[in-house]
Amino acid sequence: MTGFVRSLVLREARLLFRRPAELVNPLIFFALVVALFPLAVGPQAELLRELSPGLIWVAALLAVLLSLDGLFRSDYEDGSLEQWMLSPRPLAVLVLAKVLTHWVISGLALVLLSPVLALMLGLPSQCLGTLILSLLLGTPTLSLLGAIGAALTVGLRRGGLLLALLILPLYIPVLILGSGALQASLQGMSSSGQLLWLGSLAVLTLTLSPFAISAGLRISVGE
Amino acid sequence: MTWTLFHKLGSPKWFYEISSRWLPGLACAAVLLLVTGTVWGLVFAPEDYQQGNSFRIIYIHVPAAFLAQSGYIFLAVAGLISLVWKMKLADVALQAAAPVGAWMTVLALVTGSIWGKPTWGTWWVWDARLTSMLILLFLYFGVIALGQAITNRDSAAKACSVLALVGVVNIPIIKYSVEWWNTLHQPATFTLTRKPAMPAEMWLPLLIMVVGFYCFFAVVVLMRMRLAVLQRESRTAWVKAEIERTMPKRTLR
Repeated sequence: MTGFVRSLVLREARLLFRRPAELVNPLIFFALVVALFPLAVGPQAELLRELSPGLIWVAALLAVLLSLDGLFRSDYEDGSLEQWMLSPRPLAVLVLAKVLTHWVISGLALVLLSPVLALMLGLPSQCLGTLILSLLLGTPTLSLLGAIGAALTVGLRRGGLLLALLILPLYIPVLILGSGALQASLQGMSSSGQLLWLGSLAVLTLTLSPFAISAGLRISVGE
Repeated sequence: MTWTLFHKLGSPKWFYEISSRWLPGLACAAVLLLVTGTVWGLVFAPEDYQQGNSFRIIYIHVPAAFLAQSGYIFLAVAGLISLVWKMKLADVALQAAAPVGAWMTVLALVTGSIWGKPTWGTWWVWDARLTSMLILLFLYFGVIALGQAITNRDSAAKACSVLALVGVVNIPIIKYSVEWWNTLHQPATFTLTRKPAMPAEMWLPLLIMVVGFYCFFAVVVLMRMRLAVLQRESRTAWVKAEIERTMPKRTLR
């Protein structure tokens, strides 16, 4: 059971590191979107600090979504997905291993980049712990939900915009809780309620979404 | 007994025949209830002591909001049936109901916004129930867009089923998170457990309108389903015979 998961994780990691552009582009996008807002609303430090929780979370959410567009595409094109369907291993486990590997590499990079951008927006440094914790708990949910959309749209030629349309409404609870946690810590209140909710959402998607992802892949490959 | 009915629904021909017997009754009920409810609600129901006549839009707004939510649950139930029992008719029902549900959501949003102008002084506020209605509309759009993007009919229906199920699991989470985020809207007008706060002359027409909207929804969905069944089964003998029977003059050569 563990052997094939390990080889799958290693393969995914190797593939991601051999195409660094796919890893770096969402991060550049994240930084770019954050940089657009001061240009649009003005450089007042007070205003930017007020807005920063929402800005960072919206930018992070869009970056995760962008990174997921190609999640299954190369596997679909080279036929690996068909082999997954045929393999006696449970598809949900394979899918979970793949998505989590993707998250560990691209999601963690996003989490590590976020404090820099937050400080640039003027978020006080005592909020950085909440920021990192909320992103650590929230981005797995974003990755897993996005993978459902990626699985359903993998066979389509221009799935990118459709993926956003399908998945963004489902991201709303994470957005509310994540930016709410940050807002609370910015106002000096405890953010543990929101963080616990983010954690329970992560557990919920971790248990349920692999089945939806594998159902989506079966449909896309069967077409 | 109920299971035989359920299994019979697997046959498109049987559905087409039985629905043609249901339709006239349902359509009459819908027209009767909607006309009664509208006239009673808009003309005879008493004025609200605070909002005056502007409250009367409730007779459109609340039923539309009911249907918007029930419509998505209908999609999810059809999706579940389609995935578990592989019933083609459930696919048809899902794709027939999605645009109708989306229109109901639009109607609820538009009437809500018209109602908001005199009562709250603004067309739109970012309050919990308005926002979750807007999100529901986006969920409907997702199902419709996915159904249209996939060219293969059967995989489109299956993909929509998965998406509708994922959406229905998320709806309570979205609803509660949005509610937590902000609340300004008045609490739900109708609950099954409590006695309504409105006088009977006000809520009776509302109840009639809600039932009428359900009948209307059923009629429209059934008609759309019948058309879809005819299109899907157009190669079969019974559809050819049916078309021959209903349109004898326009023989297709």
